[in-house]
Amino acid sequence: MPVSRTPRPVIQVLGIRKTYGATVAVSDVSFEVNEGEIFGLIGPNGAGKTTTMECVEGVRRPDCGAISILGLDPFRDVYQLQNRIGVQLQQAQLQKRIKVWEAVDLWASLYTKVVDGDRLLEQLGLANKRSAWFMTLSGGQKQRLFIALALINDPEVVFLDELTTGLDPQSRRAIWELVRGIRERGKTVFMTTHLMEEAERLCDRVAIIEHGKIIDIGSPEELVRRHCPTRTVLLATDNALAEESLRTIPSVEIVTRQDSRFTIQGQGDDFVTDVIQCLSENRIRVTDFRTELPSLEDVFLKLTGHSIRD
Amino acid sequence: MFRGLWKLTWLEIKIFLREPLGAFGSIILPVLVFVVIGRLLGGGRMQNVTAASGFVRVGLPVFVSVLIALSGVLSLVTIISIYREGGILRRLRATPLRPQTILTAHVLVKLALTLVTMALMVLAGKRYYPIQVQVPIFGFALALLISTWSILSIGFVIASIVPTARFAQPIGAAILYPMLALCGLFVPLQSLPPALQVVARVLPLTYAVSLLQGIWRGEPWSAHLGDVAALVVVFAICTALSAKVFRWE
Repeated sequence: MPVSRTPRPVIQVLGIRKTYGATVAVSDVSFEVNEGEIFGLIGPNGAGKTTTMECVEGVRRPDCGAISILGLDPFRDVYQLQNRIGVQLQQAQLQKRIKVWEAVDLWASLYTKVVDGDRLLEQLGLANKRSAWFMTLSGGQKQRLFIALALINDPEVVFLDELTTGLDPQSRRAIWELVRGIRERGKTVFMTTHLMEEAERLCDRVAIIEHGKIIDIGSPEELVRRHCPTRTVLLATDNALAEESLRTIPSVEIVTRQDSRFTIQGQGDDFVTDVIQCLSENRIRVTDFRTELPSLEDVFLKLTGHSIRD
Repeated sequence: MFRGLWKLTWLEIKIFLREPLGAFGSIILPVLVFVVIGRLLGGGRMQNVTAASGFVRVGLPVFVSVLIALSGVLSLVTIISIYREGGILRRLRATPLRPQTILTAHVLVKLALTLVTMALMVLAGKRYYPIQVQVPIFGFALALLISTWSILSIGFVIASIVPTARFAQPIGAAILYPMLALCGLFVPLQSLPPALQVVARVLPLTYAVSLLQGIWRGEPWSAHLGDVAALVVVFAICTALSAKVFRWE
């Protein structure tokens, strides 16, 4: 990929608003999703993630605002659009006694352009479950089947709504690998999650949404740097002069000490290097050294004043 | 527009047959009951009874057909509401499948099951009921097809709006079974009070019964064009209505 390539937006959302009766689900939401990226809409349950996504998919019509996806109006051109997107829905089910291959076969019959279903099942690790009933699949297997169904029409944009909710950590990691694989095939992924770790591991860019409003958009690193610039180094040393030396580092802001354990906080990209350099210059022997970088979780806490799990 | 219809229909038939009690409850059980009753009544002795009773000769077959059609409607309503509640419709919505395709597929499944059940009953009837009537089987099958299709379209409307599976069965039954009382099968239309006559005339089941009875008796189709027309109108109205009010979730 040439470095100079400018991102080409495949989804453009401009000022959409959606209300259900007196409840405002989404208000004045705007963002763009670029070709080939994994874009995450992150926020707590009920923040408006699914509503926003469904508006882009053409399933719901926003009260006002404009959406363009692959150059189409999702609500007006929904039939045309459905051939070019793949969708995995939150809390969707299939018929209890439908077999895996039958579902894939049905889906394949619905689209004009399809990929080989059996190969897809193989890639998703479902080849040995081909003839199993849907109701007998585990949560992770069901989600993998839903991913297969979302990919059957070789879509340009894939929508994944709360893909790993309810899965155990191991299945979750396996699913993450699959999602990265989707991006490697050159597809654009638009996902929602309330798991900050998931967003951090997977997403190229995220939009934080709360109470139906987007608070900020950027790559996870950008957001962390913008809102939580403070880095923390934790170290342990018996050197009596350590505290004094550490306080002389310009990028250091706070040094706290508890017996032999130090907590050093500072800002800037050079902060950790500065600490290491100071330790080596003063020949301070350390028995423990860890860095703590703020995560999206901290960004969320900072921006909303509460944890995403509250 | 109906992309995926045949695949979905075939799939739903297979899925239905996989249900515990699926095939048994809707096909084998009714036929068994029918056969057992036939045996109990005793083959030869029924000859006189049938000759005497117009109901057994014409009413009963029509009644059984209508009951099968109604149970088909109820099961359609239930299945669609289960699909809605379980999020299956939600998932299907995000595909090029249209609601009318999904409903049509289920209607075809019910029609197929109705026809299989009726065929088995006719075979069993030939064996165990000494009913010596010349029944135009194909004509009756066609009449049954038209009637069921039309009654099923009422099921479309109910299925499109009932919120949960728990309500589907009672709401469906509350709407459908009262029709039985007024459809002219048990009480001739002419002997109903005028107000009820008017009600009976807007109920599609009335026309279905009139058509089925007529064809069973061997009357020509030309005598029942009005019934067919009424059933087609009901179908058209209900289909259009359900397309308007169909809820995915």
